[in-house]
Amino acid sequence: MSILLNKDSKIIVQGITGSEGSFHAKQCLDYGGNVVGGVTPGKGGQYVFDEKLPVFNQCIEARAKTGANVSIIFVPASFAANAIKEAAYAGIELIICITEGIPVNDMVDAHQYVKQCNVRLIGPNCPGLLTPEEAKAGIMPGFIAKKGRIGVISKSGTLTYEAVHQLVSVGLGQSTCIGIGGDPVIGTNMIDLLGLFEKDDDTDAVVVIGEIGGQMEIETARYVKDNISKPVFGFIAGRTAPPGRRMGHAGAIVGGADESAAAKMKIMRECGIHVVESPADIGNTVKVNS
Amino acid sequence: MKIHEYQAAAILKSNGVPVPLGYMVDNLDDVKATVETIQKESNNEAVVVKAQIHAGGRGKGGGVKYSPNLSSAIENAKSIFGMQLQTPQTSAEGQKVRKLYITQAIDIAEEYYLAITLDRSSSQPVIIASAEGGMEIEELAHTSPDKIIKEPINPIFGIQSFQTYRIAEALGLSGKSLKEACKVISDLYKSYVKTDASLAEINPLVLTKDDRIFALDAKFSFDDSALFRQQNIDTMRDINEEDPADVEASKFNLNYIKLNGNVGCMVNGAGLAMATMDIIKLKGGEPANFLDVGGGANVETVKNGFRIILSDKNVTAVLINIFGGIVRCDRVANGIVEAVKVLDLNVPVIVRLEGTNAVEAKEILASSGVSIIPAGSLDEAAEKTVEVAISK
Repeated sequence: MSILLNKDSKIIVQGITGSEGSFHAKQCLDYGGNVVGGVTPGKGGQYVFDEKLPVFNQCIEARAKTGANVSIIFVPASFAANAIKEAAYAGIELIICITEGIPVNDMVDAHQYVKQCNVRLIGPNCPGLLTPEEAKAGIMPGFIAKKGRIGVISKSGTLTYEAVHQLVSVGLGQSTCIGIGGDPVIGTNMIDLLGLFEKDDDTDAVVVIGEIGGQMEIETARYVKDNISKPVFGFIAGRTAPPGRRMGHAGAIVGGADESAAAKMKIMRECGIHVVESPADIGNTVKVNS
Repeated sequence: MKIHEYQAAAILKSNGVPVPLGYMVDNLDDVKATVETIQKESNNEAVVVKAQIHAGGRGKGGGVKYSPNLSSAIENAKSIFGMQLQTPQTSAEGQKVRKLYITQAIDIAEEYYLAITLDRSSSQPVIIASAEGGMEIEELAHTSPDKIIKEPINPIFGIQSFQTYRIAEALGLSGKSLKEACKVISDLYKSYVKTDASLAEINPLVLTKDDRIFALDAKFSFDDSALFRQQNIDTMRDINEEDPADVEASKFNLNYIKLNGNVGCMVNGAGLAMATMDIIKLKGGEPANFLDVGGGANVETVKNGFRIILSDKNVTAVLINIFGGIVRCDRVANGIVEAVKVLDLNVPVIVRLEGTNAVEAKEILASSGVSIIPAGSLDEAAEKTVEVAISK
């Protein structure tokens, strides 16, 4: 088992005829994932990848014809929020938006829309999901991962790869790896995913990689304390990052508490999370404590 | 992106928020005529001379001066214009004042705080207000959180009349000034949404002795991702207020922040870049910079990355840490070899390439003949780098 994504997931790619979309759709297909089609407005009726995969004008049509339940979005930033809403409207259960640079107001809007439609959004500005040796929905390099029993949740892309690489080098595989994205507005947070990993019989422990800024890691730590029985390992990047010269006071008032790496690590530790001090020790720490 | 106060005031004014009469001047010759115009139009001798820099806390640094008459206004303008204004939010050298905003003086009865920003936890805008305006608002938020009003706005429905009323009443207003404040709150929200702002702050919002409401000072910052559809806002950018190295880096699509250490870092991805800085510190070194070369690390980005890192004369070693996912390490290796040859580097370069085509990359570096120090793991890379950086 795994969470959210497995070999039976039926995946479509929105923006499949663009250069990014077509490159990564092919990669997901080659990894063994069940990619069943794509969506590009105006290019419906065409076929891609040696005439194998159908392209549709609209998500709703793609879903009806292919039974897709997962969509990966590679649509340019100015159209991406609309693509998210279109997928939600079509009833796609898991929407993964890779696109970076989407205006925040567009995402504020899309976030509400997705909630109304009762579907799940991962991202935007994220590397997507990988269930090793089963399926990949995003841009993670599949070959670095191995099937196993550790869940990985991360705000960042390449630091996720680093963590996965370290886990594999100490002999630990992963159940599912998820990059949630680092934008101000994202669809799915760490708490949602920890809840899913807690219920997953094939996950023994979870690695959570956060960054400075925002309240998410702190809220997550408090949630872990009361709700998660499996071991959780945490790293926060940015303890040497300079305190930003902020403008105005509103951000600090909304945030309330200290958002530095040291403050987050302290609260995580107090909540029973195994905090990794050095980014080079993620694999070893999990190995020793699980 | 940030803007100056005078630009923020113009945005507020065009959205119906009352602001004091004021004009921006960018040279001392215009001060006299400007002050005279304001005196005439406001029917009041007194004006306020305000330094225009992006950093806050200007008053504390002596950048805002009440001037009861023309001669004191000219004198204050002379002392502020061109000064290196130091505030808690500037660097230690301060920021040079290149523009002044001269406004009419307002007779203040009460000061309030009013702002709109994104609440990341609920993914919707939130209005923040307090009856106790002024500079100590953040402290107040910690010591007396009950004195801060937070009103979330559902972005689908927008701001509701009962919400503006709730806020204005909580500020202690009534009658005509309550009505005016309700309009200000609603207009501020409209301008926040319309301009793709990430922050719209009025501090202080004031009640005058004759019962009128004014936005006495304002700050706006904007979502960089939305600037493509905000041409009016984009033209307000003031390059003088930005760090020259940041501006240079942004030309090459590199994300660079200069720090005070001696270990230069070149990394793909912001999270890994921060983690690399962290481990250098843990190994006893001091990072000289944050540099994220992004997803397209090629010969040009590597070359430009080197140029920017080495423009900092404190740098005694450079660590390149690339985890190739989509980025192919063999291409990065070629970039490094070419850059090292062309740029004639005189500091040691430690290279760690992992991920896609890392094996090929190591062969390219080994057979190139350029003098770089290869490293396997992240730990080894940081250790080697700090060692050579210190011995230099």
